[in-house]
Amino acid sequence: MKKTKLSTPVRYTINTVLTIILWALLTLFVSSSGLKGEYYRGILITIGINIILATSLNVVCGYLGQLPLGHAGFMAVGAYAGAIFMKSTPAATLLRAGNHAAVIPYIIIAVLVSAVVAGIFGLLIGIPALRLKGDYLAIITLGFGEIIRVVLTNIDSVLGFKFTYGASGLARIPKFTSLNVIFVFTVICLFLIHVFMKSRHGRAVLSIRDNEIAAESVGINTTFYKTAAFVFSAMLAGIAGCLYAGYIGSLYPSTFKFMKSIEILVMVVLGGMGSMLGSVISAIVLTALPELLRSFSDYRMVVYSLALVLMMLFRPKGLMGTYDFSMGNTIEKIINRIRGGRRKADTADTGKEVQG
Amino acid sequence: MSNVLKCEHLRVVFGGLAAVSDFNIEVNENEIVGLIGPNGAGKTTVFNLLTGVYTPTSGVITLCEKDLAGMSTVARNHEGIARTFQNIRLFKDMSVLDNVMNSFNTRMHYSIAEALLRLPRYWKEEKAAKKRALDLLKVFNMQDQADEIAGNLPYGSQRRLEIIRALATSPKLLLLDEPAAGMNPAETENLMETIGKIRDSFHIAILLIEHDMSLVMGICEKITVLNFGEVIAQGTPEEIQKNPVVIEAYLGKRRD
Amino acid sequence: MTFSLLIAQLINGLQTGSVYALVALGYSMVYGIIKLLNFAHGDIIMVGAYMVYYAIASFALPPVVAIILAIGVSTLLGVTVEKVAYTPLRSAPRLSLLITAIGVSFLLENGAQLVFGADQKSMDPLITGSVMFGRVNVSYTAIVTIVVSLIIMILLWFVVNKTKAGKAMRAVSEDMGAAQLMGISLNRTISMTFAIGSALAGIGSVLYLAAYTQASPTMGSMLGIKAFVAAVLGGIGSIPGAMIGGFTIGVLEALVAAAGFSMWKDAAVFLVLIIVLLFKPTGFLGKKMQEKV
Repeated sequence: MKKTKLSTPVRYTINTVLTIILWALLTLFVSSSGLKGEYYRGILITIGINIILATSLNVVCGYLGQLPLGHAGFMAVGAYAGAIFMKSTPAATLLRAGNHAAVIPYIIIAVLVSAVVAGIFGLLIGIPALRLKGDYLAIITLGFGEIIRVVLTNIDSVLGFKFTYGASGLARIPKFTSLNVIFVFTVICLFLIHVFMKSRHGRAVLSIRDNEIAAESVGINTTFYKTAAFVFSAMLAGIAGCLYAGYIGSLYPSTFKFMKSIEILVMVVLGGMGSMLGSVISAIVLTALPELLRSFSDYRMVVYSLALVLMMLFRPKGLMGTYDFSMGNTIEKIINRIRGGRRKADTADTGKEVQG
Repeated sequence: MSNVLKCEHLRVVFGGLAAVSDFNIEVNENEIVGLIGPNGAGKTTVFNLLTGVYTPTSGVITLCEKDLAGMSTVARNHEGIARTFQNIRLFKDMSVLDNVMNSFNTRMHYSIAEALLRLPRYWKEEKAAKKRALDLLKVFNMQDQADEIAGNLPYGSQRRLEIIRALATSPKLLLLDEPAAGMNPAETENLMETIGKIRDSFHIAILLIEHDMSLVMGICEKITVLNFGEVIAQGTPEEIQKNPVVIEAYLGKRRD
Repeated sequence: MTFSLLIAQLINGLQTGSVYALVALGYSMVYGIIKLLNFAHGDIIMVGAYMVYYAIASFALPPVVAIILAIGVSTLLGVTVEKVAYTPLRSAPRLSLLITAIGVSFLLENGAQLVFGADQKSMDPLITGSVMFGRVNVSYTAIVTIVVSLIIMILLWFVVNKTKAGKAMRAVSEDMGAAQLMGISLNRTISMTFAIGSALAGIGSVLYLAAYTQASPTMGSMLGIKAFVAAVLGGIGSIPGAMIGGFTIGVLEALVAAAGFSMWKDAAVFLVLIIVLLFKPTGFLGKKMQEKV
């Protein structure tokens, strides 16, 4: 019996159609929620930002198997880069006039600028940091993250003019992150991570995680791939930062403390390091749950940290382990099960006939 | 017959202690050479010197007449040295197929951008690589396990996959570090067949470390014996079996 | 800047540095024995500081009792964390252990926020007065801090190098398996290490309070990270290394502040860490480790 295999174009079509359906459902949900719509929109945008943050950290944390503690630093760099760029454009005026279509090119450029600037920082930090491993890598990235924050706070006094506006905050950033914008970029980021991992480059990254010495022995340039994964992850975090700036409207260096890096790490660890689906689910749950349980907000961080410890003690592989979801594979399985079932029924019938 | 590997006066010193001293060996194409010796004789150290994990204190290693001095493990693999490990080092959370396909990395050319945009070269090279990997798995009767996670394979298959993974880098010289360790006699028998098959169909030189004497004597054309980091004997299996120095090294000095 | 001001800043630096050194010793000892960067160590100091605060400000206990209480609670907390969170993971991957430590650290910080409140608690100085050395004014707090930490470090050096328990600790950190075969109780030795390290953190918390007279839930986080930087700088696993590292960081901070860049103090510490890690990853006095192939 030949098993059904879905061809690549079919898989891509299925995923595209499902993505569009999801978009339609979310839009419908927000627009039909009346007064609460604005509130839901905010939660959905935050979820999108957190999905990008968690899945991008998962690239280094889950796929490369290193533990960086400075992810918030890349987010900060991306946020400031995108915000400063956007402030220099007429985007604010256009948005106020309701001309959303005209802002799109600026948004695309802002996101690219953020990605590139965060990527450059990722490269500058990754090259030295990745020479170290484990705890040392964790502490050196933590150090870099803190340095970024200190620089963002104090750079104006060195430059002699207002650039980041230090601790008083960078305000009046055009609020360009709409539900559509966040949806499109979240999908793009997830797609990019997926296609990166399903390539010779992604395999090389995974092989380094599983056994670095063996990876070298089969000719994998480990330095290159570690740096590549690190830069890729930083670029995506930069995009998340840019979208965050466009949602929140004002930036403060204190937002991007070490604590923020840990929050993102919690999402990745709870979801299962190495599982994109896990990161997505835990980003959704950990963003939505505290919002829905407002009265418990004092306990939020306690619950986070307790969950982290308990997860490590009782289910160290996280919610999903390294399992990754594939719509194509799932549909294949369902089709095969149905066909298999029918086949079985057929043979059972013929069996009866022979006996009769 | 040209020699693939040649080591001359190889010596390495760790903290004042010579782990290997004056090690000489020649391995030719289509040849299986055994490296034996008691525990701690320095056999794995030789492999680590050949693959660039350690830097020799002195001495020369050449592969097909090319000096390997100063080359990293990665560069040496690109030159044509592949190895397996004494304690299995598979990519245990990856599928069997991915373990093998990862070895083709340096022979594939599409860039990260081409992968992200899924340009034609990505599809072409991935398809070809998958076919090659499956063909290679088929040679060793592992095509049915292609989608399994490597870490879930039975022990014998894991050892075999490690060899396949090394072979997939198209080496000129294959280093096998105790391939039969932990195997039962039936699995060892199977392994001997596999190694013979590799030599016959891939035309490469094989240097192997092994404690299982039936395997070493059964398939090696030449044997080098190490003791305390020094070569104490070299020759054919028959010569080695009769060599009194070797017998002494393994069984201790006879008291008359 | 006058010379006497520079000397005053240096003494300031030595004072902070000796607190860093005490805390760094805890990191270093724990790292030496189970290869864990114990993120929760800094937060143990925070708990110790709250103990001193409540004992003196709320219950008006004599300072000696407060100090003993702080050291006792810190020790107990350190050992409890080890038993509950780290022991079950002894054979787990190092990454899991590190994440657990981060989790415990955050649990303590946020727990403290719930229990003690998010605001800073200020108290009267423990030690008052100062003495003039030539034209340099030195507070008694600084003198006590530096002297106490020096005495403790000498005591610790003696314990680790001359006593049976110390030998057991060194043996376990050298080779856990072999130490166990020689009849050394792993659990006891590791708990002992955590107990000593946490007791040092307790003393550190008292000295910290003496200098800054404030306790807050997040005070341990930056203090802990800097002490860890000190431990790495000196060479993790080495007692004299932790001391040298601690004093270096303290003096560096004081000098950066004296030069008028106090806002850049944290960045300077991390920059030094990065430079040291890149050019001498084992720190000043650390040992080299290589993975066996």
